[in-house]
Amino acid sequence: MTKAKVTKGKRIGMTGDEAVANAAAVINPDVVAAYPITPQTIIVEHFSDFVHDGEVDTEFVCVESEHSAMSACVGASATGARVFTASASQGVALMFEILFIASASRLPIVMSVANRALSGPINIHGELTDQTVCRDTGWISLFSESAQEAYDNTFLAFKIGEHPDVSLPVMFGLDGFILTHALEGVFPLDRKFSKDFLPEREMVHPTIPGNPVSSGLLALPNYYMEVKYQQELAMDAARKVIPKAFEEFGEKTGRYYKSVEGYQMEDAETALVTMGALSGTTKFVVDKLRKEGEKVGMIKVKTYRPFPADDLAKALKDVDAVGVIDRDLTFGAPGAALYTDLKTSLYDYKDRPQVFGYIAGIGGRDVLVKDYEYIYKQVLKNKGAEKAVPVEWIGLRK
Amino acid sequence: MVTTEELKKVRIPKAKELMRKENRLAPGHRLCAGCTAGTIARLATLVTEPDDVCIFHATGCLEVATTVYPFTSWRVPWFHNAFENVAATASGAEAAYKVMVRKGKLKKVPDIIAFAGDGGTYDIGLQSLSGALERGHDFVYICYTNGAYMNTGIQRSGGTPMYAATTTSPAGSVIPGKVQWRKDLVAIAAAHKIPYVATASPAAHRDMMTKVRRALDVDGPAFLLIDMPCPRGWRFPEELSVKIAQQAIDSCYFPIYEIYNGREYVLNPKSKAIANKPERKLPIEEYFKGQGRFRHLFRPEKRQDLIDNFQEAVDQEWEHLLKLVNM
Repeated sequence: MTKAKVTKGKRIGMTGDEAVANAAAVINPDVVAAYPITPQTIIVEHFSDFVHDGEVDTEFVCVESEHSAMSACVGASATGARVFTASASQGVALMFEILFIASASRLPIVMSVANRALSGPINIHGELTDQTVCRDTGWISLFSESAQEAYDNTFLAFKIGEHPDVSLPVMFGLDGFILTHALEGVFPLDRKFSKDFLPEREMVHPTIPGNPVSSGLLALPNYYMEVKYQQELAMDAARKVIPKAFEEFGEKTGRYYKSVEGYQMEDAETALVTMGALSGTTKFVVDKLRKEGEKVGMIKVKTYRPFPADDLAKALKDVDAVGVIDRDLTFGAPGAALYTDLKTSLYDYKDRPQVFGYIAGIGGRDVLVKDYEYIYKQVLKNKGAEKAVPVEWIGLRK
Repeated sequence: MVTTEELKKVRIPKAKELMRKENRLAPGHRLCAGCTAGTIARLATLVTEPDDVCIFHATGCLEVATTVYPFTSWRVPWFHNAFENVAATASGAEAAYKVMVRKGKLKKVPDIIAFAGDGGTYDIGLQSLSGALERGHDFVYICYTNGAYMNTGIQRSGGTPMYAATTTSPAGSVIPGKVQWRKDLVAIAAAHKIPYVATASPAAHRDMMTKVRRALDVDGPAFLLIDMPCPRGWRFPEELSVKIAQQAIDSCYFPIYEIYNGREYVLNPKSKAIANKPERKLPIEEYFKGQGRFRHLFRPEKRQDLIDNFQEAVDQEWEHLLKLVNM
């Protein structure tokens, strides 16, 4: 019999996927509708064990596609149920249409994304583009640096999304294979914590018998704009709710998170900015460079949507130059996703650093310590440039 | 568990009783005059109880015309997601209701009806439908077929009749409308071996309402295909909608029957009467005559060859159905 891995204060070995499945089992959502896709499969497999062994009360709807997965999540969440799903890459792309409807319907569905490169060419390895392309879907978007953070994000996502001021779906990423399949020590939480941290979801207008409410109506030009504006207001509300959720989580677990996390930033002159699993290695490289006398720090962006523009401006106001490392792509743009958002966010500030963009680890390519060191050197070299320096692809075959 | 024999005995209240009920679909909606989607939705939901039904809807005429924000014509819980996914949406809701029942938050899983048109079912929604039928969710899927994408302006679908003129299968000087026969959606649904599948028509309204109630009473998924004459798309005067539906039954182009458990076929009274007295069968030409979408079969010159082709296909399908019902 499969039991959700729960101990008191003891670390347990789990892969990132296992961590998410275990967290979901502790949360015990009402409905999970999901479809398998590498590298997310372990999440749905493990969760299926929990369902079939009676560990959870969840109705698991094992659908025939990701499009139906997200559609079923919308139908389930519309009744007021707590709903979870997981996907990756092509799966998220297939859901794309319904992602917008989930957020516009203000349904706090939670989805873990086992971040994987998009086809073509087909590739199953780690890359964040499958999630960064969802930036316009109206979902709150978080990333994870470790299996522990992915575990914790499962709880945080429900906490943030279900807050009555927010009422938005939340996706959180964990880098394919690098986190999803690597074994790590994870401090688990228990049902008591879950019940306390995540009280029952309360929905204002659920689609349940006896409640004659119509939802999902046609809104023409006379009302559509107001509906969309309310989504923006909900994102604004999320900016306030997210730090509070992190704070409460920290008080209860001892693990404190921030939308923008600084590392070795006190006297840093240069900063590297990353999202997801790249952050762990970046910290290692920063320590190494510090030992060599370099005044370098790191910023990890945990919350991608709503984009923490002000927090970033504050965190970077005293540095001269920034190197943004994106493990994601957008073509024909001024740069990759994090780079362009960061640069835009800083533009109006007087004390803004110069920002240089680097694309690395695409399609699961390893990003080695020497690559980060090279990026750091490039940032120093570019510092003081009087015109925009083109974004550089790191580790390309010659 | 309701048995097949019990299901066959399910009857609906007398007309007098039904008339006393408040319509679940309120008047004042924005469907076209003569549109039978309104007729079907109103009659189908009349056999439900207001506090024990939830409606899920695919994008389509009935959806847009009944729920223009900030108005709704629905007096019962109603939810719309997208075009191709009403079966999956209803699946998720049904799963949630089951959990609520287990947790004591709900007395029973309510009657769940998913409405979709032929475009949203025959074509773009087929995968979602098949998945939901295979998984066995307890809901009723009602496909109201007007044989084209009427909401977007009369484009052909997999349910469009052969030779019908639509805006994407126009009656050209070379190609006379749609050249393919419609998809056999009823057989596809029945092939999932679900407990209940039926065809119905607003021209046999009590039969249709009885089928909706049977479909709701059955444990597991049920599928109904309901003929939905469309004055705008089929080009006929709006007062003739029910007559056109009657002709579809009489010509055997749209026979009305039930399939229990994917195997047992039962012909319903209006079609059974034709099976018993084949001389009552209406030539397909008569069905065509009243509809502008088939006008090119008569003008500028009569295309007897095409009419004969169609008649032959109808006859073959009808003969096949009679074998299935052992008549």
